[in-house]
Amino acid sequence: MSQGLSTKHLLGIKYITLDDINLIFDTAREFKEVINRPIKKVPSLRDITIANLFFENSTRTRISFELAEKRLSADIVNFSASSSSVSKGETLLDTVNNILSMKVDMVVMRHPAPGAHFFLANHIDANIINAGDGTHEHPTQALLDAYSMQEKLGNLTGKKIAIIGDIFHSRVALSNIFCLKELGAEVTVCGPPTLIPKYITELGVKVEYNLHKALQWCDVANILRIQLERQDIKYIPSLREYALYYGVNKALLDSLDKEIIIMHPGPINRGVELSSDAADSHHSIILDQVENGVAVRMAVLYLLAGKRN
Amino acid sequence: MQPIMEKAKLILDSKRFALTIDRLSYELVENHGDFSHSCIVGIQDGGVILMDKILKALNEKSNISNILNGKLDITFYRDDFRKSSHPIKASSTEMDFLVEGRRVILVDDVLYTGRTILAAMTALLDFGRPASIELLTLIDRRFNRHIPIQADYLGMAIDTMDHSYVKVEWDIKGNSDCVRMLKEKKN
Repeated sequence: MSQGLSTKHLLGIKYITLDDINLIFDTAREFKEVINRPIKKVPSLRDITIANLFFENSTRTRISFELAEKRLSADIVNFSASSSSVSKGETLLDTVNNILSMKVDMVVMRHPAPGAHFFLANHIDANIINAGDGTHEHPTQALLDAYSMQEKLGNLTGKKIAIIGDIFHSRVALSNIFCLKELGAEVTVCGPPTLIPKYITELGVKVEYNLHKALQWCDVANILRIQLERQDIKYIPSLREYALYYGVNKALLDSLDKEIIIMHPGPINRGVELSSDAADSHHSIILDQVENGVAVRMAVLYLLAGKRN
Repeated sequence: MQPIMEKAKLILDSKRFALTIDRLSYELVENHGDFSHSCIVGIQDGGVILMDKILKALNEKSNISNILNGKLDITFYRDDFRKSSHPIKASSTEMDFLVEGRRVILVDDVLYTGRTILAAMTALLDFGRPASIELLTLIDRRFNRHIPIQADYLGMAIDTMDHSYVKVEWDIKGNSDCVRMLKEKKN
């Protein structure tokens, strides 16, 4: 008999177990069947209200969570910082407590400050789901990435995954590393030295500065966006130079001895980290990632709701 | 055999079990003919095993095959989600057809409170508007109902206390299935 998840919040991949990850994947598989039916909706969360609090811009994550919530029949309220009282100086706790007074059961939050979710989890009763906290974690993205890899490759034990790009500013990279290592995959990060954190190898990953070598080594390349908005100083000379040395294109993929899978969490800077001919090629499973994102988020919401009494 | 099973009362032995499956299959043929407008839907997990046995009997005894059939998991439709210790891990749903306009035979192994069937009917409506829904169950615990739901095709009705537990022991490949009743559920 399944006991459900080991936690009542999803704050990061670091804080969940391998059993949790497998339970989320097993449940997501069933939700993927649901979202491919003519009527893509189940009544599981019809008595749950979810607040989506986005203190930072988001398009696909917000839409993906919103769709997942609607397909579980939850009631939802949306909030974005730009159009709220946060711009009038209200604190995070006040904002959230005000929303919770309206009887909200779960909070999906994206916040620019790493650890904002821990603060909330310690102060409020609702289940918290981290939809990205600064440069820290983005757990549902890592789960959907690993789920998409498993769908293509089967068991990830011993599979070789390269994470390429701006590792330094990427919460996707950190969550991916935790998730993939937990699932037994080998992980190499690749990018210019200025965008690779100094002690990253302590997480059990290898570092490769040569893009061709990294691609030749891996089964899957998860390519990350250059996050110019988080770069307070110049980490790379120019986007053009970055594209020259670390941009993945079709010619590069064709030069490899084997077929590899290309992934990207989006939004893609076409022509910078990934060229159009590679992003739209048969190597790419980027649109599968988007579809799986809804199913994985449904699974997370459903399983966390199961922890409420 | 575990000691717990020794205390369990045998209420349907394998010989009568096989006869019951055959009888249920004949009753279906009586009402559904060649099944051209019908489909059979098994509820995960016990209902699916029962459905497979009935499909096998229909093929062997009445020479009817290729009956449209599907597997339905009702986990996401349960009305006791978060209200009981029920497992929340889902099984797979395999319905690659719509039930629109079809006569549906819903199959489950034990009819108890009726809540599973209510959830199954809610789930079924997500696959279209059926012409009718009938219910086939192997065992009917007739005095434990919470909801006014009755079976159209019934293997056996039994009278049980609320705390007792009816266990169908499946022999998926063979013919040694049986049904036992325990005084209470043991995990």
